[in-house]
Amino acid sequence: MGKVVLVTGVARQLGGRFVRRIQRDPDVDRVVGVDAVAPEHHLGGAEFVQADIRQSAIGRILAETGADTVVHLDVTGTPLGSGSRTSVKETNVIGTMQLLGACQKSPAVQRLVVKSSTNVYGSAPRDPAVCTETTAPKSLPSGGFAKDAVEVEGYVRGFARRRPDVAVTVLRFANILGPAADTPLASYFGLPVLPTVFGYDPRLQFVHEDDVIEVLRISSHEPRRGTLNSGTFNIAGDGVLTLSQCSRRLGRPTVPLLLPAVTWAGSLVRTLGMTDFSPEQIRLLTHGRVVDTTQMRETLGFRPKYSTAGTFADFARGRGTGLLPPEALAGAVDRIAELSLRGSGHLPTQSAN
Amino acid sequence: MADAKVIPFDDDRSRGSGGSGGNAARRRGAGSRRKGSAESVPVREVQPLPVRGAAGDDGATTPEPQGSPGARPDDAADGGLERRIAGGLAFLRRRLTGDYEVDDFGYDAELTDQVLMSMLRPVYEKYFRVEVKGVENIPAEGGALIVANHSGTLPLDGLMMQVAVHDHHPADRHLRLLAADLVFVLPVVNELARKLGHTLACAEDAERLLAQGELVGVMPEGFKGIGKPFSERYKLQRFGRGGFVSTALRQGAPIIPCSIVGAEEIYPMIGNAKTLARLLGFPYFPLTPTFPWLGPLGAVPLPTKWTIQFGEPIPTDGYPPEAAEDPMLMFNLTDQVREQIQHTLYKLLVQRRSVFF
Repeated sequence: MGKVVLVTGVARQLGGRFVRRIQRDPDVDRVVGVDAVAPEHHLGGAEFVQADIRQSAIGRILAETGADTVVHLDVTGTPLGSGSRTSVKETNVIGTMQLLGACQKSPAVQRLVVKSSTNVYGSAPRDPAVCTETTAPKSLPSGGFAKDAVEVEGYVRGFARRRPDVAVTVLRFANILGPAADTPLASYFGLPVLPTVFGYDPRLQFVHEDDVIEVLRISSHEPRRGTLNSGTFNIAGDGVLTLSQCSRRLGRPTVPLLLPAVTWAGSLVRTLGMTDFSPEQIRLLTHGRVVDTTQMRETLGFRPKYSTAGTFADFARGRGTGLLPPEALAGAVDRIAELSLRGSGHLPTQSAN
Repeated sequence: MADAKVIPFDDDRSRGSGGSGGNAARRRGAGSRRKGSAESVPVREVQPLPVRGAAGDDGATTPEPQGSPGARPDDAADGGLERRIAGGLAFLRRRLTGDYEVDDFGYDAELTDQVLMSMLRPVYEKYFRVEVKGVENIPAEGGALIVANHSGTLPLDGLMMQVAVHDHHPADRHLRLLAADLVFVLPVVNELARKLGHTLACAEDAERLLAQGELVGVMPEGFKGIGKPFSERYKLQRFGRGGFVSTALRQGAPIIPCSIVGAEEIYPMIGNAKTLARLLGFPYFPLTPTFPWLGPLGAVPLPTKWTIQFGEPIPTDGYPPEAAEDPMLMFNLTDQVREQIQHTLYKLLVQRRSVFF
């Protein structure tokens, strides 16, 4: 008898992709997708049950399907369609509580995978440069998605204590990017001119959507030989990009603004409801965050296909060129180089300045 | 010479012979070592800058990495100039297109080597005329922890130590400094510090760097050292809680004591406006004979003559793994390092002819 996988949050693009992917796995019999709204994308023939995980109906679904693996992807920072921050928070926190309660009641559940975020480390100048899974944040996230993620992880830990027979995996993803990503950071990089915080050049880490799907798949199956897939893992691509590198690679100019101005503008934009430029987003773009992925490599046995730079390159390809395309700049410099070589280098002043 | 009360410990004969440099190597040092340092020091004094041309820093860079504006025109042959322009343009191209690497800590090796170091070097060579001794005590490879005294109101001593290691070490090592958290709160400063390879002074970061085999620099006196009044110059403050020792013990990295003379006098701090400091969120607000009375002009440091001496490494790999948890050993090692630095400081002070020359 194969596995029955229940996936929450399938109306989102990432959930949809994961459902389609895990269905192709030979030892998976049945995939049940759950979300409060019907997905716009197809689910590759997987069953879809429209249910709000904030309601107790999820318990019935879990009992009826007899799911042995639960993949909880409905922990997100942005509302789907037109939702408010309150409903997102409720889905994240109350939804997780309901789902965990249902899992606790269901004897069939053997494996729980929860999507979390490296947001739980917060972003502060007093943090160590590289966070490991055990690093305690110096300043706990005070609100927003980061706080949701912290609370969700707390409930998941409680569940793991009460049901020691269930293998629980918490995956803390760095910023997810990809050609089709719809995260707040992706929309930030979509702006024609990137507002940045003056005097700060944050270090960022990205993880590619393909790698996200793959690591979710690995952790929802039995662990391979020599690996262990229960526990908490940071998931991020290798290496680091600074925001200035990102903007140059994208070809989008930056506008440095003073930190108070950015905070003020962010809250103004939020009040007007234009975009979700949350305070934690501003903190990330001020101080940056880098996580250690040794556990992911050595314990989980997962090697991401895309590095941080590779992920960003793939993302940039899907975005089109900005106002200052890097190729054009490179071409301009090459032309100057040609000129100066032809002028046999008598005027050094025109060079690097 | 208006110096602090100097308590000479051993051979007073070296007092008169200011020029004989590192001849007064540590008494308990092995004889062979003493000879080595005595021989190599004069060589270092004569050749101003042996490193730059010799070793191409990061394989990736094109022929002449000194193509940036700060380059000195000493080898300005025609071909050299052309190459430099080409190198500079290649550098510009990489910077503009974002095609460069930074490590997990945000250390931008290329920018540091080609721009930031070139900006610091005139200060190092021309303004403070830093004399470096005992650079051979820094191992050519593997992790090591350089522990130095801290002084001067502004942490210029750390930067000068970084230039000293960068320009004088034959293996072309880069010093990764551990900086106070205030550095990473301030805008611009934090950006530059990260790009220069500095990181927050915490055990996690220090251990990670040492485990990577980096050369880590730490100034355990912290704000107590850098913000002490002028009357207490060259008196080492408490060495924090000795965290640097347990970090080194855990990684088995040798501790290299480093004494910096000259930094104490760049901003003679005669007063501390504590209320103003609290208002601004700084640990101290210095009042010097010139600052803040002369405005920005008062913030120009005095052109003192510096000496940076790297002492003999104290090995830490001979201890059992649980040694890092042994407070007694930790205190003993901390005291040993502290005394060695203090001792060398006094000795260098005795040899110093004047504060400014």
